[in-house]
Amino acid sequence: MSAFSVTNVSPGQKWIAGILVAGYALITILPLVWIVATGFKSSADSIAYPPTLLFEPTLEGYVNLFTTQTRQSPEVLAANPPQTWYDGIVHERGLVIAGPSRFGERFMNSVIIGFGSTFLSVFLGTLAAYAFSRFKVPLKDDLLFFVLSTRMMPPIAVAIPVFLMFRSLGLNDTHAGMILLYTAVNLSLAVWLLKGFIDEIPLEYEEAALIDGYTRLQAFYKVVLPQAATGIASTAIFCLIFAWNEYAFAVLLTSGTAQTAPPFIPTIIGVGGQDWPAVAAGATIFLLPVMVFTILLRKHLLRGITFGAVRK
Amino acid sequence: MANSMIERAAAATPSVTARRIRGLSDRAIAWIFVAPTIFLLLAVNIFPLIWTIRLSFTNFRANRPNAEVEWVGLRNYQRILTDADIWATMQATAHFLLWTIFFQVLIGFALAWLINRKFRGNDLWTTIIVLPMMLSPAVVGNFWTFLYQPQIGLFNYTVAFLTGADPTSFSMIGDVALAPWSIVIVDTWMWTPFVMLICLAGLRSIPDSIYEAAECDRASNWRQFWTITIPMTLPFLMLAVLFRGIENFKMFDLVVQLTGGGPGSTTELTSINLKREAFEKWRTGYASAYAIILFVTVFGLASIYVKALNKVKER
Repeated sequence: MSAFSVTNVSPGQKWIAGILVAGYALITILPLVWIVATGFKSSADSIAYPPTLLFEPTLEGYVNLFTTQTRQSPEVLAANPPQTWYDGIVHERGLVIAGPSRFGERFMNSVIIGFGSTFLSVFLGTLAAYAFSRFKVPLKDDLLFFVLSTRMMPPIAVAIPVFLMFRSLGLNDTHAGMILLYTAVNLSLAVWLLKGFIDEIPLEYEEAALIDGYTRLQAFYKVVLPQAATGIASTAIFCLIFAWNEYAFAVLLTSGTAQTAPPFIPTIIGVGGQDWPAVAAGATIFLLPVMVFTILLRKHLLRGITFGAVRK
Repeated sequence: MANSMIERAAAATPSVTARRIRGLSDRAIAWIFVAPTIFLLLAVNIFPLIWTIRLSFTNFRANRPNAEVEWVGLRNYQRILTDADIWATMQATAHFLLWTIFFQVLIGFALAWLINRKFRGNDLWTTIIVLPMMLSPAVVGNFWTFLYQPQIGLFNYTVAFLTGADPTSFSMIGDVALAPWSIVIVDTWMWTPFVMLICLAGLRSIPDSIYEAAECDRASNWRQFWTITIPMTLPFLMLAVLFRGIENFKMFDLVVQLTGGGPGSTTELTSINLKREAFEKWRTGYASAYAIILFVTVFGLASIYVKALNKVKER
């Protein structure tokens, strides 16, 4: 037995491997920890040198993220004592809250467009994947390749004609337009992934159902769909994450009403440049759901990111 | 026979009634199920592609929709292929592409190899390592400009702390020589886990019995690594490179937020350059030709690569 056997790893080797991997993990997570930490820093702490590891946490960044503020004279401030805790944070800096910022709106746009396009692409994708998996569809392989090749176009190249098309249809900067676009982009991923999941469901289940007098549609609805539930759920999460993270189309095709959070967060500015605590607060709120989903998805992660090419 | 009785009964039943009883025919279901997908892809992918091809032969400008559109033939293509600036952006893209793939394969494979030692807690660490890959590149890229700031940025501070250099003496995204590396670093940070996961799947697909047989034959570890581990994970590794290659050729969001293509045009990747032509200079016809050239390039390279990949798989 040799010292570096692959099948029989010695405890010492395990320790070394564990320490190296843990070290990499800690370094790689540091920028993310820094985002979360910066969100709770005061603006002075956020740009302190050397970078502060220990600081007094404040919700200033979060208040800045959700509100717009105006400077007021000390008399006005004295005459209007703060009503709430967030008023208090703003008051300390000689400001009053003028109204809500756009962040809430942008975040809701991300939610509406993300969930809308996810629902549509999973719905259509499940139907198409079932047909591709179970029936003889003419030109099946060509169609599947065609579905995949749509992902090879750089988004900017796709955006040129889509921009013109949406302009003539009045879809630029609308929720409907963005939902439609993200659905089309996600559909290729959804069909590929779902076909893989449905292929894994044994045909015998359906055949048994058909013999029991179910119609094809009933068999699909009552037998295949429940079996594919896990696959459908993880496909949905992948579609949602894509739509959630997408930037290129969003920045080119939306400006006001339908703008999502990714193009908005980098534009959060304070006095003299970006307001980093507010940017970090926005980033934290925006990235956290994806982190949670990633942890939930970890078993199917590989399959999703490789379009189902690699299955564990 | 019961079977033939059913068949006879089925044959005797008028088809309309049969359909009413059995529901839609398989053929009809197949078409009804596939049609919406095909329609949507035609409307949002193929129709625009054909439109782009048509525009690429004109001097159309999207900001002047009422101006007369002239047919210019292949002039747009000719101008793009002879434009020195565009070759410079191609070079910047190649630099980005080659180095990100190099580092990601190297680190990703090493990590996968270590994780495959099956030490305790490897699931937890793997999950942590994977996180950056799933996040919004634009939001994360924007935050990296903060980490890259001279003096106050965490990156500069850490490098200075480790090397003793002055943290204000270098600016990763402001310096012409460093900027191309700044985007390589962030992309590597983000996407190494992708290569790692695929390599891990490859390593786990190798049955233990092969190593055991090699050990019986007293093959050294070094030899086992090069004759078993590497060849058997190669198809996976190549697949990872294919995905990263296509993705990074299209790269836009991360880099546009990090450097915006600057300083000068040192990090102006093709997608960023294309965006400038199409949505800032509004040379729609010219940009369309550019887009077609990029598409053909990716498509051509990917097809050649997939052929090579299939050959490796067959071995």
